[in-house]
Amino acid sequence: MAALTREETQALIEEVLEVYPEKAKKDRAKHLMVNDKELESSKKCITSNRKSLPGVMTMRGCAYAGSKGVVWGPIKDMISISHGPIGCGQYARGGRRNYYVGTTGVDTFCEMNFTSDFQEKDIVFGGDKKLAKLIGEIEMLFPLNKGISIQSECPIGLIGDDIEAVAKKTAAEIGKPVVPVRCEGFRGVSQSLGHHIANDSVRDWILSNRDNQPFEKTPYDVAILGDYNIGGDAWSSRILLEEMGLRVVAQWSGDGTLAEMENTPNVKLNLLHCYRSMNYISRHMEEKYGIPWLEYNFFGPTKIAESLRAIAAHFDEHIKEGAERVIEKYTAPMNEIIAKFKPRLQGKKVMLYVGGLRPRHVIGAYEDLGMEVIGTGYEFAHNDDYDRTIKDMGDATLIFDDATGHELDEFVKVMKPDLIGSGIKEKYVFHKMGFPFRQMHSWDYSGPYHGYDGFAVFAKDMDLTLNNPCWKMIKAPWDKQEAEAEKKAA
Amino acid sequence: MANIMIRKSDKGYVFYLPKRDIEDSITSMEFDTPEKWGGEIKLGNGGVYFIEPQAAPARLPYSVRARRVDGVE
Ligand code: SF4
Repeated sequence: MAALTREETQALIEEVLEVYPEKAKKDRAKHLMVNDKELESSKKCITSNRKSLPGVMTMRGCAYAGSKGVVWGPIKDMISISHGPIGCGQYARGGRRNYYVGTTGVDTFCEMNFTSDFQEKDIVFGGDKKLAKLIGEIEMLFPLNKGISIQSECPIGLIGDDIEAVAKKTAAEIGKPVVPVRCEGFRGVSQSLGHHIANDSVRDWILSNRDNQPFEKTPYDVAILGDYNIGGDAWSSRILLEEMGLRVVAQWSGDGTLAEMENTPNVKLNLLHCYRSMNYISRHMEEKYGIPWLEYNFFGPTKIAESLRAIAAHFDEHIKEGAERVIEKYTAPMNEIIAKFKPRLQGKKVMLYVGGLRPRHVIGAYEDLGMEVIGTGYEFAHNDDYDRTIKDMGDATLIFDDATGHELDEFVKVMKPDLIGSGIKEKYVFHKMGFPFRQMHSWDYSGPYHGYDGFAVFAKDMDLTLNNPCWKMIKAPWDKQEAEAEKKAA
Repeated sequence: MANIMIRKSDKGYVFYLPKRDIEDSITSMEFDTPEKWGGEIKLGNGGVYFIEPQAAPARLPYSVRARRVDGVE
């Protein structure tokens, strides 16, 4: 049962749109929909991947964030230079908690901020010389780096620096890959184009580096794509694949290395967790190397079992048995977790507003705990994401694209979810309103949430947040003022 | 003219336009024999594209130039 009926949800959308001027209203109306499971395609009901409306508060990032923060940043033995002014990199550094093994500053570099720190004179005279010098310095100070990527910030594209030429020259000098990435923040409407640009640069500069080099293959080689190892997610996924008999050759890109990425064309199957950020490279590998790809979902035991079987279906009996063995092994402990937490969470309603894969992927995990997702939305999805979401969401639930601050506030006020899952920018507003809230980008400094081990953490976290007695004691500051003003007036 | 990629799913051909990130099912293809393949293709969203008829590709997915004839993006 959805929280509201179809008509009520539609009425809520109309009401929320009321405050906008005519033109904005028309535009935003296209980004909000009431779900109908029967739909084959989302195109007629929701518009996505469009420029955000000027004047509203949106939660999107920029193309640079998509490339540096998501795809390139977590490759641990490469150094990503934030090329341009210092701020973009400083505020994007390590924010996603991509865990990795290694000694930071010696052989791994994810948490460090490398930047060309543009000043006025670099804008006026160009920054190519500075970039070349910077790459030389990096090579001297951090000789164990395996390669360098140049992540362009906005000014680079504006002043027309030739980073490709610098990359070619310095790559020859240091004898390592130097990858120029044209991911200036102004490209595209959100971080999504940054993912695409980053994928394309991996394709052009990295992927075929080891073609025709010897590699000891096995029939069970797979690669994990689009798992950024947030709070250790990729690790709790990888062990399941290994347990069922597969060999994980590469992790893209959480805790991943350059060598792993270069070896990926040798695998039998690409396993794609975040479809949005890595489907491009998967499609390319399918065409060039004939490697099929498969979307999977490791949130919650139901979806994990489904995914393990779908993965095993690409292999022989040995792996199929392996999958059944893994599922069997974890059934009892998972049932124990569900028995413990389900009574405390049953029937609770959740609203989500995240990015990438989570607005649809985590639904199964909540359902395993007897909870229901009544509204979900993406910051930067495309229509293919919504096509996939329609099937996972209940009928008459609310789906929103690139929601504004106003819309989220109003949806929450009316739908009164028991739990909200979104990012750091939304967190404190909803805290003040007295709603239990989890950050679903960084797992609120917890995790992992992927895999069976992750589900145990997930269930506990949701319980801790939702059943915390503090929420009832909070009254929003603006509500307080109103109450006092009324008192005075009386 | 745009570069598109055609792949096969369990439900038939799938159209993908990398530049615009548009993926859709192909509901019909004018020619679909080993010797002659392509022609007018109709998409699930109502769009129509034209691929110069050619010998069928040895392997899918396959990237090919196509012309938009009609319909929504
Ligand atoms: S939009 Fe441009 S200036 Fe802003 S963070 Fe992104 S790259 Fe930096």
